[in-house]
Amino acid sequence: MHYHWNWKIFWDMTPEGTGTYLHTLLVGLMWTLATALSAWIIALVLGSILGVMRTAPQRWASAIGNAYVEIFRNVPLLVQMFLWYFVMPELLPASLGTAIKQMPPPWASFVPAVLCLGSFTAARVAEQVRAGVQALPSGQRMAGTALGLTLPQTYRYVLLPMTFRIILPPLTSEFLNIIKNSSVALTIGVVELTAAARAMQEYSFQVFEAFTAATVIYIVVNILVVFAMRWVERRVAVPGFIGPAVQAGGH
Amino acid sequence: MLGHFDYKEILDNLPYLMKVGMTFTLTLTVLVVVGGVIFGTILALMRLSSIKPISIFATTYINLMRSVPLVLVIFWFYFLVPYIGAWITGASQPVKVGAFLSSVITFTMFEAAYYAEIMRAGIQSIPRGQFWAGYALGLNYWQTMGRIVLPQAFRNMVPILLTQTIVMFQDTSLVYVLSITDFLGAASKVAERDGRLVEMYLFVAVVYFVMCVAGSFLVRRLQRRIAIIR
Repeated sequence: MHYHWNWKIFWDMTPEGTGTYLHTLLVGLMWTLATALSAWIIALVLGSILGVMRTAPQRWASAIGNAYVEIFRNVPLLVQMFLWYFVMPELLPASLGTAIKQMPPPWASFVPAVLCLGSFTAARVAEQVRAGVQALPSGQRMAGTALGLTLPQTYRYVLLPMTFRIILPPLTSEFLNIIKNSSVALTIGVVELTAAARAMQEYSFQVFEAFTAATVIYIVVNILVVFAMRWVERRVAVPGFIGPAVQAGGH
Repeated sequence: MLGHFDYKEILDNLPYLMKVGMTFTLTLTVLVVVGGVIFGTILALMRLSSIKPISIFATTYINLMRSVPLVLVIFWFYFLVPYIGAWITGASQPVKVGAFLSSVITFTMFEAAYYAEIMRAGIQSIPRGQFWAGYALGLNYWQTMGRIVLPQAFRNMVPILLTQTIVMFQDTSLVYVLSITDFLGAASKVAERDGRLVEMYLFVAVVYFVMCVAGSFLVRRLQRRIAIIR
């Protein structure tokens, strides 16, 4: 066992001369967060719409919602990543496809990565929203109707405010998942945190320092998110209600 | 556009994709399920142990694995396993470990953390009285666990374990980052060679989709059958 530990490596300059290795990792972290946060916006909006559709009384709406969830949950994330990156530009009209492929370097892979992660996580958010709405007592929907609210109003003022409070804990773990899943974007060329650690390992040969640093950064981000979300949960809690936990699976 | 979709490309390469690629993916999945569930059950028992250091160790391990991306774990083990091998065998140089063994170890270690949480829930779903009854009958810890608690816990959790296995089956595609020829890796090689990315990746997506949907369907059926018997 001969491994030469060199923890000072983080302060060495990279061969590219753009900064220290620590700087490389932090830029990677920035791209991880940028990818995850942009994708999260898509996931939350699209997932909420699909989740609501799945609980709506219209047959066609729930059929579309269910089909979406089935498709996006049953194809591996990496394959979806390739579909967005390699296949999507080919299936679009030629001019649009070429425009996408010719975007300047970080964006040509960043945009497909965000679309992929967003639509992938939307399926999981939709599942949580559906479970959340169905966890509410059916009397709430009836009460809304009895008060003369339209269906959209019932969702907007009665069902969804409680649903989102109930599903905050599983949404938190979905958010943690999207941060972790953003590492898959390295396969299409996004230099996020894992890719940055890999680059550092290739240049410096200090494998374990690079991976340890990336691991520590992921854990710190994880802990910060968990604490932030606990704070949000306390802020928005409705006195007298403790939402039932909805089970979240997978990773 | 789809007008140029070359079905022949898929048919011509089907034997290679299935024989080399899918065989690797399925072998990996099966080995990891077996290894992961065994190691995961041990981790769950450790986490529930009344001996503090053991439970702290297991909890730390599980939380660590669950807060790091699988891709990073794959890289970690790819470089770490040769050193661990050298440490175990006492060799002075890092031991050469093949890509297949490396991915089996990686996924087993990683998935065990997820299986462990499922098994923990399963063990905790067994009424405490059954432990006490076991002890009252004079059985020791291993007898109580092995003959009374674990068989029931395992049985209750089979549907969730299988659902997690479907997720894991999809995740094995990530061995792509080590340039391994799994199902996706094989398709990717053909796609690059022939410049047929659209056909290959769409085909891969369809195959994964069909297999996972069929898997989920079987799990749901099994769930119903188990529910009726109980």
